[in-house]
Amino acid sequence: MNFNLLSTEIATALFGSVLLILSLVTGKDARRGLGHATLAGLLVLLLITFTQYGINSGGFSGTWILDDYAVFMKQVFIIAAILVVFAGKSYVEDFTGNCNEFYVLMVFALLGMMGMASAGDLITLYVSLETMTISFYILVAYNLTSGKSAEAGLKYLILGALSSAVILYGMSLVYGAAGTTLFAKMPPVSVASPVLLLGAVMLVAGFGFKIAAVPFHMWSPDIYEGAPTPVTAFLAVASKAAGFAAMLRVFLGGTPVAPDNWLGIIAVLAAITMIIGNLVAIPQTGIKRMLAYSSIAQAGYILVGLMAADPAGVNGVLFYSMIYAVANVGAFAVVIAVERATGSDEIAVFGGLWQRQPLLASVMTVCLLSLAGIPPMAGFVGKFLLFSAIMDQGIYWPAFIGFVMSMISVYYYLRVALVIWRDEPKDPAPIAVESGMRLAVMAALAVTVVLGVYPAVLSDLSLAAAKSFFGM
Amino acid sequence: MTDFVNFALYHAWLIPALPFLAFVLIVFGLRRHEKAAAATAISLTGISFLLALGVAGAVFSRPELVEKPLVYSARWFSMAGLSVEMGCLIDGTSAMMLFVVTLISTLVMIYSTGYMHGDEGFTRFFAYLSLFAASMLGLVIATNFLQLFVFWELVGLCSYLLIGYYYYKVSAREAAKKAFMTTRVGDFGLLVGIVLIQTFLGTMDFVELSGKLPAFAKEAPVLLTTIGFLVFIGPIGKSGQFPLHVWLPDAMEGPSPVSALIHAATMVVAGVYLVARAFTMFSVAPEAQHFVAYLGGFTAFFAASIALTQREMKRILAYSTISQLGYMIMALGVGSLTASMFHLMTHAYFKALMFLAAGSALHALHGKADIFEMGGLYRKMPWTAAFMVIGAIAIAGIPPFAGFWSKDEILVMTKLHGFTGLYYLASVTAFMTAFYMFRMVFTAFFGKENPENHPHESPVSMLVPMGVLAVLSVVGGLVGAPFVAKGFGYWVRYGAYHHPEFHADVAGISVLLALLGIALAWTIYGAKKVAAKDLAAKAGFLYTLSYNKYYIDELFQWINRVFADGTGKILYWVDLYIVDGIVNGLARLTAFAGERFRYVQNGQVQHYALVFFASVVFIILLSGLLGVTTAGVQSGGVAG
Repeated sequence: MNFNLLSTEIATALFGSVLLILSLVTGKDARRGLGHATLAGLLVLLLITFTQYGINSGGFSGTWILDDYAVFMKQVFIIAAILVVFAGKSYVEDFTGNCNEFYVLMVFALLGMMGMASAGDLITLYVSLETMTISFYILVAYNLTSGKSAEAGLKYLILGALSSAVILYGMSLVYGAAGTTLFAKMPPVSVASPVLLLGAVMLVAGFGFKIAAVPFHMWSPDIYEGAPTPVTAFLAVASKAAGFAAMLRVFLGGTPVAPDNWLGIIAVLAAITMIIGNLVAIPQTGIKRMLAYSSIAQAGYILVGLMAADPAGVNGVLFYSMIYAVANVGAFAVVIAVERATGSDEIAVFGGLWQRQPLLASVMTVCLLSLAGIPPMAGFVGKFLLFSAIMDQGIYWPAFIGFVMSMISVYYYLRVALVIWRDEPKDPAPIAVESGMRLAVMAALAVTVVLGVYPAVLSDLSLAAAKSFFGM
Repeated sequence: MTDFVNFALYHAWLIPALPFLAFVLIVFGLRRHEKAAAATAISLTGISFLLALGVAGAVFSRPELVEKPLVYSARWFSMAGLSVEMGCLIDGTSAMMLFVVTLISTLVMIYSTGYMHGDEGFTRFFAYLSLFAASMLGLVIATNFLQLFVFWELVGLCSYLLIGYYYYKVSAREAAKKAFMTTRVGDFGLLVGIVLIQTFLGTMDFVELSGKLPAFAKEAPVLLTTIGFLVFIGPIGKSGQFPLHVWLPDAMEGPSPVSALIHAATMVVAGVYLVARAFTMFSVAPEAQHFVAYLGGFTAFFAASIALTQREMKRILAYSTISQLGYMIMALGVGSLTASMFHLMTHAYFKALMFLAAGSALHALHGKADIFEMGGLYRKMPWTAAFMVIGAIAIAGIPPFAGFWSKDEILVMTKLHGFTGLYYLASVTAFMTAFYMFRMVFTAFFGKENPENHPHESPVSMLVPMGVLAVLSVVGGLVGAPFVAKGFGYWVRYGAYHHPEFHADVAGISVLLALLGIALAWTIYGAKKVAAKDLAAKAGFLYTLSYNKYYIDELFQWINRVFADGTGKILYWVDLYIVDGIVNGLARLTAFAGERFRYVQNGQVQHYALVFFASVVFIILLSGLLGVTTAGVQSGGVAG
């Protein structure tokens, strides 16, 4: 029993428990302190993960895998969490009622995500998945005074339970046919039974729900809109990345589902996800709904990397997850700030933002450009890695769809920028940006620009992680 | 001392980084603090200059660097089959360039504190200057074509910003656009060339290329020549060679210090430097190299013949720059990197000096540019006049001034390498150079004073940088004189070292021609023994041709009107009715589709659940259709 493989998770669980006790024994006025404690704890966790690179081994009868891939993914989750806490601290402090468990739930969701990245078998995966999802059910409904938030929470609970059922059903089929839950021991597809493959198809559907791939995406715009904005950011970024982390483990980590015709299914999902996500984003008038559809479309791009099913593709998935996380949280952070100042999440309230708060205007513009994949922002490099991975295999059409849809996406991303820079503000009063928010958005801005100009810093790391995933 | 030299050598990247830091600091912190902004720019660029001195010292202490450049770099990005690095390449040539660029930049910045005093955009000006210096220095230390290209474009951008500095003046805006677009034509050729290099040679790194090129030249000589031509289009644009020289005279719309920086030390010599860096390539592609030589020689002559009749001081200097760049390009073409770089260095001294002096005169006359409206300036502006005369003597090539040694080296090399025609052309150009320079000096600074003018000598902050440059214009050429052992040519060279020899015939003829030019200028414009008008009338056709710059601008405009506008009209029609039709149709379709899909989203959770399950069924059917679930059956497998 090598518990070192679990050190990040153990630390996270302990930290979550301590936080839980703290939040119970302190009052509402201590919430700010809890936020700081959470940040400190998350930073420590991030440091711990850095010690875990290069271990590359499995344990606990193969149910747990700690390779560089898992570590990289965990860092994506932790960094997303840190940025969300920085940006969302004051938002959380505005909640009425004595509900201090917000950060606790975030930490436990984080724990679930970590498990998903390291899972070596179906059981571990499922338990981790539920740990994450149940935390999110509560987080989505966290704004007790808002009907919208409650509605979103309930919807997420019902639809999430459905997807869990499908996943579980798929898992039982796979187990029944294969006789094992370990990914590594799954039979190769050439000898796999139709039942196993049927089970695997249901897993695609279940994970498709988590990453909000079309046609399993219906929940996401409603829930993104209704949930408290920091939760939306965390959900759109970390939960989605965790879904990908698990999906890669299931479909590429073992042998059953890598051959060509499987890629057909993923390819169809990727294509319709890119197309519908981008098209429906266009007529949106609310920024959160627009970002919801945009993040659906982003999932489509990442699926292209999964479709490549080789180290280059996984490298693309990892790299893109990180820079998507940073840019998306950056954009949501601006939404949080503007929402707090104006009380609205319509795109129209961003009018003349540059006059009211130039920093937020710049960050929003840069993050949206990155999401659109315009150089020299990091998003361009990410898309480049994803699309070139599939093109290197001689398959051009997914990349082609990706290019066309990226062009279309420029329209709705830049429409926000247009509103920010062209329109006159209705209320010219400057928007205050407190220090945590300032740190979050400046970090997002810096990372997005630096990695766009000098991507080797991250891509070296992600490439090594991708290779470790295939045991190379 | 050795510590500092080693530090400088291994931290040469600081040399471009420091001015860049100055740019960032000024833009983000010192926009409203004029003194602090200027101090930051000058001090950081000054430190760069010290570091450049250190690098030069390092090269002197380690002569092996001349043949085996020191390269260190960090990987910028990489993908399958392409790895691009950013780094420093230090050899004699780049060390010399670092020295010249940092020196001129620092001096120009000091001068600007006086020249731009009271200007509204004072800090903006220093920010641009810093960025300009940083870009040029980054270009100089480039280790590969792509890094060079990135900084090449940055230099282009900065020149655009600086030429258009007085953006509220229409002419400045137009000139900035013209400079940017003309050089862009060249950049495109260069980029295509670089892509071809990467495609066919598999690397863009200068050091690796020099290893691969000789073999490649034997395999594919035609291809290499093509690449050589394409790459050379870049310098044609950037270094103002015929026929893309048209932007350079217009670039005088920028403030005078900018002219000094652009025309002496930075932008325009970037092209020359590029050819020098790619010298390995040109040396194995003789056709391309000969083209370089003849184009350079022709440009030198052509531009000098235009300068003969121009009336604006800075315009005369601009054409003289084009002409001198032609010399440098020609020297590279005839195969002497040393001569070219040597002339680049001395030219930087005296041309910067002349532009700064011109700036000083224009400053005093509140922008009056026509030399025939000046006259007798030496009485009120003795220092400026003296500096201008020193610059003119240097460029005319009178020993022992700097220009003599470098021009002599070029002439000797041209003759020795068998380009006799070019040698004569270059000698005639030397005569014309002396004539038009002293035409300007005698007209503007001597003779009768124009009573309308009330000139005054410039402040010390402007005179001191000019003084430094004046000293260098006098003695700066001695480092490469034939009687110096291990002189300039030992440190800046390609291939084996040849000690420059003194050829009395070449030197004698060129000095004689220069003196004749000065004498002629004195006769016409100094003593006024012959009326310039009569001459102009006699040479009527030639005069008109030269005064109108051979109508090259008009030719371009005509081409533009007929071909570009004509094609434009056709394309506009196509765009308006066909492309727009398709695009708008698509956009409408997209918006329509977006609206449709949007209504599927009705907020009903049972509806969502239905879609979810329907999708699960759909995907199962799809997988059956794709043969996924039946794959095992088809291959005869059984349940594992």
